[in-house]
Amino acid sequence: MKHWLIGIALLKSAFFAFGQSTNEGSFTGNMETTFQYLNSDSLIGASQPESKGLMSSYMNVFYRNGNFKAGMRVESYLPRIQGYPNRFDGTGIGMRFLGYANDFIDVTLGHFYEQFGLGTALRAYEDRNLGYDNVMDGARIIVKPTKGVQIKGVYGFQRYSFQEGRVLNSEGITRGVDAQIHLNDLVKSMRSTFDVTIGGSFVSKYQVDNDPEFILPQNVGVYGSRIDVRYKKWTLNAEYTHKENDPSADNGYLYNTGHSAVINMGYSQKGLGVVFSAKSVDNMSFRSDRTKDLQDLLINFLPALNKTHSYNLVATLYPYATRPIGEIAYQGEVLYTIPKGKINKKYSVPINVNYSSAFLPIQSKSGINPLDSSRIDYVGKPFNKSDSLLWRDFNVNLTYKFNKSLYLIVSYFNISLNNDVSKISGDAKGIIQSHIGVAELGWKINKKNNLRMEFQLLTTNKIDKIKEDGTVYQVRNDKGNWATIVAEYTVSPHWFFAVMDQYNYGNNDPSLRLHYLIGTVGYLKDATRIAVNYGRQRAGLFCVGGVCRFVPASNGLTLTVSHSF
Amino acid sequence: MKKLTAFLIGFACITFGFSQSTGELKKVPAIELNDLNGKSINTSKLYEEGPVVISFWATWCAPCKRELNTIHEVYEDWQEETGIRVVAVSIDDEKTKAQVPMYVNGKGWEYIVLLDSNWDFKREMGVGNVPHTFLVDAQGNIVYTHTGYSEGDEEKLYEQIKLLKGK
Repeated sequence: MKHWLIGIALLKSAFFAFGQSTNEGSFTGNMETTFQYLNSDSLIGASQPESKGLMSSYMNVFYRNGNFKAGMRVESYLPRIQGYPNRFDGTGIGMRFLGYANDFIDVTLGHFYEQFGLGTALRAYEDRNLGYDNVMDGARIIVKPTKGVQIKGVYGFQRYSFQEGRVLNSEGITRGVDAQIHLNDLVKSMRSTFDVTIGGSFVSKYQVDNDPEFILPQNVGVYGSRIDVRYKKWTLNAEYTHKENDPSADNGYLYNTGHSAVINMGYSQKGLGVVFSAKSVDNMSFRSDRTKDLQDLLINFLPALNKTHSYNLVATLYPYATRPIGEIAYQGEVLYTIPKGKINKKYSVPINVNYSSAFLPIQSKSGINPLDSSRIDYVGKPFNKSDSLLWRDFNVNLTYKFNKSLYLIVSYFNISLNNDVSKISGDAKGIIQSHIGVAELGWKINKKNNLRMEFQLLTTNKIDKIKEDGTVYQVRNDKGNWATIVAEYTVSPHWFFAVMDQYNYGNNDPSLRLHYLIGTVGYLKDATRIAVNYGRQRAGLFCVGGVCRFVPASNGLTLTVSHSF
Repeated sequence: MKKLTAFLIGFACITFGFSQSTGELKKVPAIELNDLNGKSINTSKLYEEGPVVISFWATWCAPCKRELNTIHEVYEDWQEETGIRVVAVSIDDEKTKAQVPMYVNGKGWEYIVLLDSNWDFKREMGVGNVPHTFLVDAQGNIVYTHTGYSEGDEEKLYEQIKLLKGK
């Protein structure tokens, strides 16, 4: 790793010494360190790690000088904090790259992140909060031959893990090309109110076949095409991606082809916005190692079509992520602002209504001989949905401002999740239906002091249970009812204090009707944030943008220091 | 151990080598992003016409929206007094990106809105979590930065804007 550092240092010196540019370039970056001291808490199933303390850290440094750029990240897991992949350990360089870019060409060697179109063919990205990182290590070239045309090429190995201070890459290699054309730039006669961009991509992976049973395709290709249209206040974008047969652990080594189709339509003007989205996915998990699962070594990204919620009970108890082996999903949302003077004399009142649903696709067996040796089990057609519900979310919220310093947001959520297909809880049966009500109150006490409170209530549907003597009785599904209170007091610009109590008062097992109480104190100064929290944290899925990671229950202290420079 | 020493020396060289000699090394990196009209905009062009506030936000981030909605209420005054422009950089990825124009137009924001769906700009600006707000002078130097948002933070930001304008 020292070669990289010395290399960057030398290059920097060279730039400085020979005065290629009058400035010395620019550094940016950030760091974050999280330390945990955990107790054991048998009631919530939290155990104390043997080392008692855990610490995860990283620091990014980016350097730019004229057309030259370089960057790296040092990561440290001593060992990793709860919820990160348990194979992360050691300290070392997790990312490094050198690059050169001008108006015509952009070259990167080393690590790079990339997304083709909507990402259903290729997306290399990171989310450090989740410990998710599938950065590519290799080479990337972006060429812009003429205004409005962009061609990208990528070639490299994906990051799989970080062990003993070193990045471990995938076994298989990933490569791809993508072209995008903004038609308005090329066809001068096009009306400017009508704006069209088209694109296409090809992505391929290569992994050696050493399977004793099957003859596996060593090269698997994915073809994508997309269009993006804007007309006045309307927008439309769509992407269709086809995958060649790709037997993998995800699909049970079937030789079916796969597809994904995503369509987004929108209309917006001042005071009104409407969005409609539809998605069809079949056999579309695409990894640079066919044996991997969960969030490991995914080459593509299949966006989940549901709203990303931020209230605790709504966001963490019953979250949803795309089912890559097959689903049909729809989403619609309306944001309407009632002008001031109608129901509120002084302020306008925004109302937001959102609906999303996902269903299993129909896997047609007609014309398929299950006994032949093709291992093609069914035919999956785009948007051929069955009646089997995977997910449904109806939610509405309204913001009402009383005066300059007091507001109220009321929200209602009705979420259904099919626990038999997307297993999220061991305690639940069938479809978990939940009703959640949230009231948020914000009070600006004076110029600097501010109080925010949240009151959340969640109730689940009733399911039948049978006693030993055969009598049927009803209980609440999953863990029953919850109540959450959040109080957050901030003193601008430096301090914040927060308390959250999640109370599982409706658990079917009276001994598990527990309070999960957690307190946080934080200090902020410009781009530095120091926060300490202490208390109980429920086990659950921690999700950001539809990507989720299971975080075990914990009880203890967490200290986070972050700084950006 | 040798590796670690080499690493530390290299790291020190890179980070502190020359960066202390002048105070103007934190510059906005040049990255191509799309605006809501699909037009490609280079982030190095944002400050050409004078100082800008760059604020990172997302449709799912409640404090981000509070910050930008609060500034929205006083934006006309800010612009009249200082000529400052606000650039709202959305880090929504494909899951929620379609909601960005709906939210922005629905709220009537007059900001320059850029889409950073794969986090290239966010990463190089050193943004860990949103909201994160920067004040950039006409040369592209980052002169003030603040992470998180609580009611009243916008006043501190405005003081910094006036300070910069008064220079």
